[in-house]
Amino acid sequence: MREKKQPLSVYLLSKQVRQLIELNKRIDGRDLYSFREMRIKTGIVEKADGSAVVELGKTMVVAGVKFEIGAPFPDSPDEGILIVEGEILPLASVSEEPGPPTEEEIELSRVIDRGIRGAKVINLKDLAIKPGEKVLKVFVDFNVMNDAGNVIDASNIAVISALLTAKYPDIKELKGGRDINEASRVQLPTHNIPISVTFANLFGKLVVDPITEEEVIADARLTLTLTSEERICAVQKGGSGTLTFNQLFEALNIARRVSNDIRKLVIRETGVRHGQE
Amino acid sequence: MPEKKYKRIDGRAPDELRPFSMRVGILKNADGSAEIRLGKNWIIIAVYGPREYYPKFEASQERAILNCRYHMVPFSTTERKPPKPSRREIELSKVIREALEPALILEEFPEMGIDVYIEVIQASGGTRVSSITAASLALADAGIPMRDLVVGCSAGKVDGKIVLDLNEEEDKEGEADLALALMPSLNKITLLQMDGQLAPDEFKEAVELAKKGALKLYKAQIEALRKRIEEMR
Repeated sequence: MREKKQPLSVYLLSKQVRQLIELNKRIDGRDLYSFREMRIKTGIVEKADGSAVVELGKTMVVAGVKFEIGAPFPDSPDEGILIVEGEILPLASVSEEPGPPTEEEIELSRVIDRGIRGAKVINLKDLAIKPGEKVLKVFVDFNVMNDAGNVIDASNIAVISALLTAKYPDIKELKGGRDINEASRVQLPTHNIPISVTFANLFGKLVVDPITEEEVIADARLTLTLTSEERICAVQKGGSGTLTFNQLFEALNIARRVSNDIRKLVIRETGVRHGQE
Repeated sequence: MPEKKYKRIDGRAPDELRPFSMRVGILKNADGSAEIRLGKNWIIIAVYGPREYYPKFEASQERAILNCRYHMVPFSTTERKPPKPSRREIELSKVIREALEPALILEEFPEMGIDVYIEVIQASGGTRVSSITAASLALADAGIPMRDLVVGCSAGKVDGKIVLDLNEEEDKEGEADLALALMPSLNKITLLQMDGQLAPDEFKEAVELAKKGALKLYKAQIEALRKRIEEMR
């Protein structure tokens, strides 16, 4: 696989990144386990049924939810459908190009999808209208607008924030089964707030929320996604390097701590506490 | 307590692997090849290279470029799988490549390419980890210098219990599924994926169990390579 080329300025900093990391310091002044400053805004796209923009440092991701009514999958007739898919748009960095989804984008989509599914954010049975015939389909699309590192965590936060604030056509219990009441729109019932925490292994040291300058020289990447109850609901190692078992278990401890702070921020910005109301 | 008597769908103990076999050098044209059978899984791997990389302007002056394609033949699954690579296969091709790469000394072959072709002939849970185990045998068979073999194994949670090497039914019905690959002599993780849900303690238990299973397969890998060398004599 051909390596993605980043601007020269990114590589010029490599030596400095390395020297600093040996002193447990980072090039942008953060300590090893801190996220960059984050801003979340929801309800930014009127035509979407739910939407959010997340700025994580200079990384920016927009996510939107759209509902459709359609037929269920034959092997799960009484369940709605959830599809989470994302793209790193060509405007996101000098190394992106238009075209079919790259393996990096497919991996990104699938990691986010696994976190949302694993945490059971949505109970798909809630989305059945007429079992076997009509169900609600939830499409969550996210778009990376600026890639300055760690698109995984920024995308995860954008997707969960859009879902938590999505309003959907109320499915009322009617005599002959369920039907849709288009007039009243209610908050999509959500049940969890999974938070992903991504690490880069930099010369044997783990750092949280890596920026591009760190990603290009990282040995490996590790994403741990945790539910509101601090259970693990998705894991993905990436990159052509390695991790030790000690690093993995250390990362789990750090992720449990850090994910709580991020979750609080999501709760504050969306007004949805653990997605239960 | 029922603890000791616990039996799985296929009668295995929680820490028991399915029956397995590995063979090296099974394809005539490839520079290296191997097959693995694990339960009902059957996977064949071919390695071509190191050979000149095309297009040349995309070659690396520092190292060989590793390409990897994980592919399931259409009749390998219960429902026919269209031959075109699915999103799942594209993701797995990537993570498998990244699991093998740390073991290979690619710096010895600048301007070259190495292709790893993985064909799943029958799939029955745990194909990605088995692919890695067999692919590292095929790479060794091709004579590519390696730091260690890479061996993969899965573990997960079924019926509230952490178990080794999930079969297809357990994979489908289970609460969590974890795939691990490592370089056993260096004790380094090269692949790790999980879906479903596990408590932190269960996660650690599953990682340790998968590692234990992988170490058993590692012995079989070495045995399969030894056999291949004897055949060549």
